[in-house]
Amino acid sequence: MSLLELRGVSKHFGAIHALTDVTFSLEPGQVVGLMGDNGAGKSTLVKVIAGNFPPSHGEILISGKPVHFGKPVDARAQGIEVVYQELALCNNLTAAANVFLGREPRIGFGPIRILDHATMYRRAGELFKELKSETRPRDLVRQMSGGQRQAVAIARTRLSDARLVIMDEPTAAISVRQVAEVLSLIRRLSEHGIAVILVSHRMPDVFDVAHRVVVMRRGRKVADKKIEASSAEEVTGLITGAISTA
Amino acid sequence: MNDAPERPASTPILLDDPQSARTHTRWTGLLASQVFWVVLATIIACILLSFVTSTFATQQNLFNVTRNFAFVAIVALGMMAVIVTGGIDISVGSTIGLSGIVLSVTMNAGYPIWVGIGMGLLTAGIVGLVNGLLIAYLDMQPFVVTLGMLSVGRSLALVFSGSRTIFDFGPDGAKLLALGGGKTLGIANPVWFLIVLAVLFWFAFACTRWGRYVFAVGGNRHAANLTGVPVRRIICSVYVLAGLMAGVAAILEVGWLGAVTTGLGTGDELRVIAATVIGGTNLMGGIGSAFGTVVGAALIEVIRNSLILLGVDSFWQGTVVGAFIIIAVLFNRLGGERQGD
Repeated sequence: MSLLELRGVSKHFGAIHALTDVTFSLEPGQVVGLMGDNGAGKSTLVKVIAGNFPPSHGEILISGKPVHFGKPVDARAQGIEVVYQELALCNNLTAAANVFLGREPRIGFGPIRILDHATMYRRAGELFKELKSETRPRDLVRQMSGGQRQAVAIARTRLSDARLVIMDEPTAAISVRQVAEVLSLIRRLSEHGIAVILVSHRMPDVFDVAHRVVVMRRGRKVADKKIEASSAEEVTGLITGAISTA
Repeated sequence: MNDAPERPASTPILLDDPQSARTHTRWTGLLASQVFWVVLATIIACILLSFVTSTFATQQNLFNVTRNFAFVAIVALGMMAVIVTGGIDISVGSTIGLSGIVLSVTMNAGYPIWVGIGMGLLTAGIVGLVNGLLIAYLDMQPFVVTLGMLSVGRSLALVFSGSRTIFDFGPDGAKLLALGGGKTLGIANPVWFLIVLAVLFWFAFACTRWGRYVFAVGGNRHAANLTGVPVRRIICSVYVLAGLMAGVAAILEVGWLGAVTTGLGTGDELRVIAATVIGGTNLMGGIGSAFGTVVGAALIEVIRNSLILLGVDSFWQGTVVGAFIIIAVLFNRLGGERQGD
């Protein structure tokens, strides 16, 4: 029984067919590279899986059971987490505060419960050290570089019981040293049995870490192959349309 | 023959202990903080005035100064929470008026002080709740909603009071006057209320989940929503709080004034917003502090007091206070940290 299965999923916005008849499945621990040119439907597919909006047709199954996501919180409840680079951090809060946003540990009882700052700083520091990141828990996110912000966003998924982590262009704007760290983090997630959908434009990253590659073009899935069975040239051809399907 | 250059014995490649480096030292961090400058300005002003005039540092004058700014500061605490979420509440002035009128009418009709206070706070809370519900759940613009409530509040105040001045507060009148106008241990009662409320607000922002969520909503509402923060409830709560603070200030102010006219509170919203902004709260949201707000209110009052003591024409007060607001906002802009550009 697959962790995630999409059957015939389509999404229309009025006359625009963002997704047409997308079917694929994901097993625990699999890393799938989701590739395609701009406008191919990658982010729409991600948003459907993450619960931002429901599909117009088709169904989504988690562990064999059909699910309906009205809002992202529903998807999170099923163990689906998305790592956005830009949208999910509060610039005016510290890194630790951002990592724990929405699930702050508290000490005390009953109505008198206060934030457990010590635990948050310590745990966030541990997570950043694991990521070999130069992020400091007490720093404000406003003062951070793109790579540090990415580390904060990734650290947040380590906190939850995610079964599927969708990463939206995680290596697009970070330093060279950290690309390797992000990829090894993805491998570690996979070893823990967590499935990863890696949406990326960077071919070397996808071929480095993914088990499968799925290529979208104009809203349709045109390829779904094991990484070993494909090549950068073939994927490029699929993205641009030089190769129609594979 | 060219050999590859030898590596030095130990090359520090990059930060090996990245966790210990800091963006600001304690001192540079302090200097970059607006609150620090406001506190400094206030202290300097007080010291200067003590030397230049013979009346500033007298007990009576200090008593007046602290009590005057207490009313503005109490409301400013609630306003700060609203502004931190990225909103604004321009109805607080008429909430003060409406709440004060309800209190007075109730006590004038013979009810005991606790009923009067209860009704006053309830009225203020209801105004805040209406603001909060419309803004948080119907996604209406804060300025427009609170502008409407400003008008409604002022009109209801006229209706409830029958447009008369009330100076008889019934059997418990003396208690009310003692509450707002009296002092305990040499400090005016409103100042005690301010101290307690300021500490509570500081504690809420520093140590509670609610406080953190207020800043999160102001910093990035979308991110807060995605991570499961109850955004609408938080937004509604800050408007209720702003209303309640206006009610508290009204009750104390009525006790101090000893009489209530229908114009009570008119224009107060601008003084409150000025105090909040000077105290370091950013109108775009996400930045502010309870301590800074109190000091901002204090600075405005010290300036007004100094102008009076120095014999400056009272018409200049607006110019001076306005100039300070602009300087405060300018400071905010110039001292900005690295943006995400």
